[in-house]
Amino acid sequence: MPNTIHIPTPLRPFTDKKESVEVTGNTVGELLTDLTTRHDGLKKHLYAEDGRLRNFVNVYLNDEDIRYLEREATPVKPGDELSIVPSVAGGAPGTVAPPAAAEATAGADPESLPELSQEEIQRYSRHLIMPEVGMDGQRKLKASSVLCVGAGGLGSPAAMYLAAAGVGRIGIVDFDVVDFSNLQRQLLHGTPDVGRSKLESAKDRLRALNPHVEVDTYETLLSSENALDLFAPYDVILDGTDNFPTRYLVNDACVISGKPNAYGSIFRFEGQASVFGAKDGPCYRCLYPEPPPPGLVPSCAEGGVFGVLPGIIGVIQATETIKLMLGVGEPLVGRFLIYDALKMRFRELKLRKDPECPVCGTNPTVTELIDYEQFCGIRPEPAAQPAGAAGNEWETTPVELKRRLDAGDDVFILDVREPNEYQINRVPGSTLIPLGELPRRYQELDAEREVVVMCKMGGRSAQALDFLRSVGFSRIKNLRGGVLAWIDTVDPSQPKY
Amino acid sequence: MTTLTLRSGVADAIRGHGAETYPDECCGALIGREGVVTDTYSLPNMTEEGPRRRFRVRPADYREAERQAAAGGAELLGFYHSHPDHPARPSQYDLDHAWPFFSYVIVSVCGGVPEDMTSWRLKDDRSAFDQEDLTNAEHDSHPHASPPLHG
Repeated sequence: MPNTIHIPTPLRPFTDKKESVEVTGNTVGELLTDLTTRHDGLKKHLYAEDGRLRNFVNVYLNDEDIRYLEREATPVKPGDELSIVPSVAGGAPGTVAPPAAAEATAGADPESLPELSQEEIQRYSRHLIMPEVGMDGQRKLKASSVLCVGAGGLGSPAAMYLAAAGVGRIGIVDFDVVDFSNLQRQLLHGTPDVGRSKLESAKDRLRALNPHVEVDTYETLLSSENALDLFAPYDVILDGTDNFPTRYLVNDACVISGKPNAYGSIFRFEGQASVFGAKDGPCYRCLYPEPPPPGLVPSCAEGGVFGVLPGIIGVIQATETIKLMLGVGEPLVGRFLIYDALKMRFRELKLRKDPECPVCGTNPTVTELIDYEQFCGIRPEPAAQPAGAAGNEWETTPVELKRRLDAGDDVFILDVREPNEYQINRVPGSTLIPLGELPRRYQELDAEREVVVMCKMGGRSAQALDFLRSVGFSRIKNLRGGVLAWIDTVDPSQPKY
Repeated sequence: MTTLTLRSGVADAIRGHGAETYPDECCGALIGREGVVTDTYSLPNMTEEGPRRRFRVRPADYREAERQAAAGGAELLGFYHSHPDHPARPSQYDLDHAWPFFSYVIVSVCGGVPEDMTSWRLKDDRSAFDQEDLTNAEHDSHPHASPPLHG
């Protein structure tokens, strides 16, 4: 017994103007095949080249959309009626969805993805011939967006490869200026860029790599006030930060806003990478619920970093970002990758989601962004002092120190940096005892003599000062701003690092 | 070249709808007979991809529009939509989602002000649109100026 298919207005020219056609078959698919056999002009409008029903063709069995039944395999009974109902859709050119509506595109309907121009097809041809990427994958990348927090060591290679790969929109948050000391690893910036804003330099570099990519720049310090707004338009967040408060902030903001965090960090010769905040995956706090005490883990500026290391880690972050966008492969979720450049070894730790995690656990206690400086135990900066004035009784300035040295005062200058730093620059007449050796060597110092402690910028020397006070030194001052301030205000002939 | 004629008030209704939903896209059905649009039927834009650049008509609304047309002894001739701050030319996305036979009227709305209006029909091989002459019943001899599609 035949079934009836109702034909929508635009297809009636192909059915001799008939509003319905009688067809036979046991499933929806068979009825449609019978229909297109009888009226072959219909086929190209109902089916895409790959043989699947076009996504804007809705087929209803009686009143039920077959997508919610067994699609074309849905069995039909005598008397069942099929209706073809057009989805009518369209839109303006320039097909990237606006940021507010951007969603992870991994599962996106290929028909709704932006098209590639001839030039783009040529540019991405090595992607297009791989089935794991292909046309649809490349269009997904074009529809995707990533926010790089930081345009430094990690952000540089990550953003460059993401741009080259054709990710449609790349946002960058940074507020720094390019310095000579960045050039050893931050390849977004070149020698002529020194002194420029990192964002301007990054934008130029990414545009030159791939003009099809939209680059958004945010010249601001990421904060609890702006993080959620900044993250909102992007599919993936790429953490290229270099300090703990921002790292916890990025983690929490990713969990709260439900966005994956392609995480990386580097120190000296070792790098780490993972994907946090993915659905059902652990977050950074599942691994490190509490930050380390301030000063325990030195920054790259203090501890140094092997220049090629961020190249490896940043590109791992970019790799994970692209995999998330394409929905291919095994993401680095629940796995913590540790790379040792000296040994040239990768290790992998298993990470589990902590049900007690204060952010992503079953009963989270952190449901909005907090004060991360305070969380990491960092005291607010003291109010600015007039240049040249001693800030407090435990502090002195390079200008004041120079004046006293010139006046012949008896001051012992203790430099607590590492020997290789001391080789680069120093305050004349200073004595080197690295911070780590101080507890066993402080007795080399004369507790009766006035001591000025210094390091590169004033952080490590503040710790040395606390320690020396605890063991009975009382005539002791920290050199504010360290050797860098000394070079800036007293002796510009020495190199800075 | 086929011709689509808009009866008095139809063009104004489409422009008005485009201005009303600006900066989002508007959409609606064109109802009439034999190449003459006598009525429009504004529809809610149900896109889930951001209405600034997209529109979508729900299947239920489509069926209702077809029913309304038949009830009045007319037929569904096509759909109109607006391109906020973009020219009145069909996009690749429009082409990918186009149905044969229908006229697709596009009105460009720049900064909230409706400007060019054009009409398009899908080529039978789905490769592109052909532009239609768009005339107002009152001004039959002055087809609306519009940029060419082929290039």
